[in-house]
Amino acid sequence: MSAYEAIILTIITASTPLLLAAIGELVVERSGVLNLGIEGMMVMGAVCGFAAAHVSGSAWLGVIAAVMGGVAMSLLFALLTQTLITNQVATGLAITMLGLGLSGLIGSDFVGLPGVKLANVSIPWLTELPYVGRLVFGQDPLVYVSIGLTVGVAYGLKHTRWGLIIRAVGQSHSSAHALGYRVIAVRYACIAFGGATSGLAGGYLSLVYTPQWIENMTAGRGWIALALVVFSTWLPGRLAAGAYLFGGVWILGLYAQAMGLGIPSQLLSSLPYVATILALVVISTNRRLSVINTPASLGQGFVPDR
Amino acid sequence: MQIVLEKRSQASSWMNVMSPVLAISLTVIMGGLIFATMGKPPLTALYLYFIDPLTSWWSIEEVLVKAGPLVLIGVGLAVCFKANVWNIGAEGQLTAGALMGAMVPILLGDWQSPWALVVMLLLGALGGAMFAFIPAWLKTRFGVNEILTSLMLVYIAQLLLDWMVRGPWKDPHGYNFPKSVAFEGWHLLPMWGDGRMHLGLVIALVVALVLYWLMRNNLKGFEVRVVGSAPRAGAFAGFSQTKMVWFCFALSGGLAGLAGLIEVAGPIGQLQPHISPSYGFTAIIVAFLGRLNPLGVVFAGLLLAVSYIGGEGVQIELGISDKTTQVFQGMLLFFILMCDTLILYRVRYLSGTQANTAGEPS
Repeated sequence: MSAYEAIILTIITASTPLLLAAIGELVVERSGVLNLGIEGMMVMGAVCGFAAAHVSGSAWLGVIAAVMGGVAMSLLFALLTQTLITNQVATGLAITMLGLGLSGLIGSDFVGLPGVKLANVSIPWLTELPYVGRLVFGQDPLVYVSIGLTVGVAYGLKHTRWGLIIRAVGQSHSSAHALGYRVIAVRYACIAFGGATSGLAGGYLSLVYTPQWIENMTAGRGWIALALVVFSTWLPGRLAAGAYLFGGVWILGLYAQAMGLGIPSQLLSSLPYVATILALVVISTNRRLSVINTPASLGQGFVPDR
Repeated sequence: MQIVLEKRSQASSWMNVMSPVLAISLTVIMGGLIFATMGKPPLTALYLYFIDPLTSWWSIEEVLVKAGPLVLIGVGLAVCFKANVWNIGAEGQLTAGALMGAMVPILLGDWQSPWALVVMLLLGALGGAMFAFIPAWLKTRFGVNEILTSLMLVYIAQLLLDWMVRGPWKDPHGYNFPKSVAFEGWHLLPMWGDGRMHLGLVIALVVALVLYWLMRNNLKGFEVRVVGSAPRAGAFAGFSQTKMVWFCFALSGGLAGLAGLIEVAGPIGQLQPHISPSYGFTAIIVAFLGRLNPLGVVFAGLLLAVSYIGGEGVQIELGISDKTTQVFQGMLLFFILMCDTLILYRVRYLSGTQANTAGEPS
């Protein structure tokens, strides 16, 4: 395997959790809900995934547990923000704090234990192709899932009836309600989808990226995923591009650290966070771009009037 | 039967007071259940958690020491949230304030005078405020969401602190530990009691009282409330949204920075990689639990400080992970938001026929 292949492979592994978490949040925000709890759902996915895989020995059971962990947290969020109409920003923060605490509590018995790594795909002959074999046919399965989800969401939002309903609910919940759509049910479904992909993103960290449990192992990736959604101006294609760009920045920092250029490691570690701020500035400066796709009722609670 | 929420014609002031009580009760009950599932005696654990810290003078002092920064940051955030400005990066501003204030003992170690301490306190507040100006500027100049930027800056500030104490500001005689020189003399806050209570607690209480007065009797307090609850009405009254963002970040950032300096010049006494057990984030819960009211924040700060000490207690006595503290804090915010629904809405039970007509979109 040549050096450039290795670099691209690591960039993809660094980008995939960001893409997974962000694509779910994109759907959630398109339905008019701002879920700031991604970090909490992700870290719960990571610990549930690790625990299930470690206990059962099966990485795939870990993946399922990760998804369920994320969904469980997201349903708590949905219960509060949709049924009890709480403030979405504060509730998202609560989910993050609760997730970080609970995951630490659950994970305290798993620190330092060996994990189970999800095996890479291997197709006879195809994977051995020179140059492209490893990159196209030899990734771990969740990379393909993330790409499939992105394509599916892009197509689904634009070309299906379901996508239209989600966008309608996000643009104007009162109108969607008047048309007879069940606004709250649609939002519940979207939030659960977001929880599933965030949980999967967390599971990716503890089952593929570094197959072990480390406290707070999400390291702010949930927040970066949130920023990516804003950066993408709510478009799945741009979201994928953004996710790979950020994965690239993340890996660039690690490589520069490994090469020992005399740059403080803390400066390199802060690159993704600095890049996030810069990306937000760039996208916000372009008002036309950022406003045109913003779901009009983003972050507002909906109470059907009777 | 179906349960629906019905909007009250007027916010219930009774529920505004009862909601934290309900939330705390629910947290205690859930906490007991969690202890029980972990196979620990729930009542003993709860006693160690919430009562035991208040049974000896020594641990009451510890509670007060922990409550200081929580109150100081919490009152600033309460004003922010009231004005609908979402500064959630107080943890970063705390770190920035500690770094800025620590310039005096580290760079001017020989300058021993009461003024050195005054300058340190001012620099701490200034550092926090300046760090908070970054999200404020990005918000007002470019319209960048302040939630994400203030949070990203937390990571950046912590990495900066980490670099400083491992690099330029490492104590040359410190056996290569990642720590700065130990602060001495007038670079430390006056202490009393068993040597843990310090001037910072007085500062926190005074700030809370001043802000309480300001929010109640001053035009600025009125402005905060109007801009927060009805931005359009605020605009017609000539209150500037932009100025409000700057004001809120200056206030909350400055107080967080001051809290950071007080931590390093008080209980810690030097710079080290970790200077706060997430005070900046816990203060968010403190602000909400305290009803975004500075006096309420004082009580909420004390309660959450108890949870820190209680968490250490159960870890020592029953071998329960200290992560339970974070779980309790998360649950508390969760339940308080849930119970706050009852301030604006009342729960109604609808029987069969009513439910059918009410449930359908009209």
